[in-house]
Amino acid sequence: MKTTGHRLAVLLPYRPAPARMSVRIGPLPAAILCFCAIMAASTAWAQAGPTTLSPLQVIVKWSPLLLRGFAFNILISLLAMLLGTIAGLGLGLALLSESRLLAAVSWLVTQFFRNAPWLVLLFFVMFLVPFQITLFKTTIPLPDWIKATVGFALPVMANVAEVVRGAVRSIPSTQWEAAESLSFTRRQTMWLIMLPQCIKRMLPPWMNIYAIVAMSTVLASIVGVSEMLTLTAQVHAAEGGRPELFAPLYGFALLCFFLYCYPINLWTARLERRFRVR
Amino acid sequence: MQAIGDWFQRLYDTTGLNFSVFYDAYDWGRYLGGLKMTLLLSVTTILLSLIVGAIGALMQGSPSALLRLPVNAFVVVFRNTPPLVQLFFFYFGLGTMLPAVEAAGMRVPLLSNVQWAIISLSLFAGAFNVEIFRSGIEAVPRTTLEAAEALGYTRLKAYIHIVLPLAIRVCLPALNNNLVNLLKTTTLAYAIAVPETLYAVKQIWSESQNVFEMMVVLLATYGILVGILVWMMHRWERAMHIPGYAR
Repeated sequence: MKTTGHRLAVLLPYRPAPARMSVRIGPLPAAILCFCAIMAASTAWAQAGPTTLSPLQVIVKWSPLLLRGFAFNILISLLAMLLGTIAGLGLGLALLSESRLLAAVSWLVTQFFRNAPWLVLLFFVMFLVPFQITLFKTTIPLPDWIKATVGFALPVMANVAEVVRGAVRSIPSTQWEAAESLSFTRRQTMWLIMLPQCIKRMLPPWMNIYAIVAMSTVLASIVGVSEMLTLTAQVHAAEGGRPELFAPLYGFALLCFFLYCYPINLWTARLERRFRVR
Repeated sequence: MQAIGDWFQRLYDTTGLNFSVFYDAYDWGRYLGGLKMTLLLSVTTILLSLIVGAIGALMQGSPSALLRLPVNAFVVVFRNTPPLVQLFFFYFGLGTMLPAVEAAGMRVPLLSNVQWAIISLSLFAGAFNVEIFRSGIEAVPRTTLEAAEALGYTRLKAYIHIVLPLAIRVCLPALNNNLVNLLKTTTLAYAIAVPETLYAVKQIWSESQNVFEMMVVLLATYGILVGILVWMMHRWERAMHIPGYAR
């Protein structure tokens, strides 16, 4: 669906993928902005007393632990993305399959995992997958963070499947015909012609999904995985549970995620603009 | 109603599948309460987030950088941080800073957890709506705005009566997506003990020991809720359809 040369003075059709982050403030000013906000929140209680630490001191004191928690979040998100992408590629190809039955079943699976809330899926995996499985007489323990990773991988799978399907569908059908006339089999066409062309189109939405996963990993704290948010609550308790510590501590978590996700989003937007099909 | 209850009771007796919500009046009441809370959260956050989005998009299009900058910062920050941490930041961080009020002889926080959930989720979804509305507003041709100006509309009036109605029609598909997402995000309120569906269902399964069955009920519930929302949005899309424009 390409727009023709001259523009009529009418309502333009909606572009499915406009440059997403056209609202932007530079990364540096953004970081400074966040930092200032936290500093301001901390200094408000700087004179809390000689024995108690100021919120900023608390954050500095505990930041190694909190950042380790954050690294764990990132590890979970990367693993979930890896699992989800592999499974999603398979599911996406199944969506495009010529067999009606396979396409219908995979459509159902995709819709199911796309429309269920992430937290519900996480509960689903956490409660229904056993804490260890016995395979060929060897018992493999499944720690809760691995289960959480699988829980995040499920919606990723469905979203990646949709991305794959959309990208393959967006390739002009003449490519299929050309491949057919060169006597490529369907599988060869898919792997040698379609998917290589799709990678460029899939990359921005795929990175978008990654940013969403990275932000969703904090949900694991609800089901008891000791990632950053759990540690934040524990640090708060360790510092005597002073209510004025909540805002700086959670602000620090916000800042960490912001500094991680915002560059990804800016990069995604740039790729999207560059790959935009006109 | 009685027949359904009996059927599920018999199902439990014969197969061991314990769908206690359908025959146990107490569980049913809790489930219904959770459902009501989810509906309340969804409806209010959808409406508020639309308002946030509309106001934000208006401010973003303003010529003054003083208005644009805060909106841009708001959008960038809320889009790039986890909604759960936002919720905690609001509820624990800001909630404890607000003064408590006297109510019925007890000191209660100024804003309850339900109210904080509504505020936080509306702002989160609102940040996305700002972007969506902006893309819609950009699609409205310059000439239409000029025509409105020629007819003597002020900027605000032109926005309310001309630009926004057109923009909403253009960005409905994207809006649809975001609102479905918002409905799913209301489950996060669970984390601050808002008794919505997930919370109620978890209570039921920890007392009745029927995790699997309740999980099925839970997934079905959200499936149906999302289905209803999508159906309504599609109907709205059709009703708002501009003749002769894109299908």
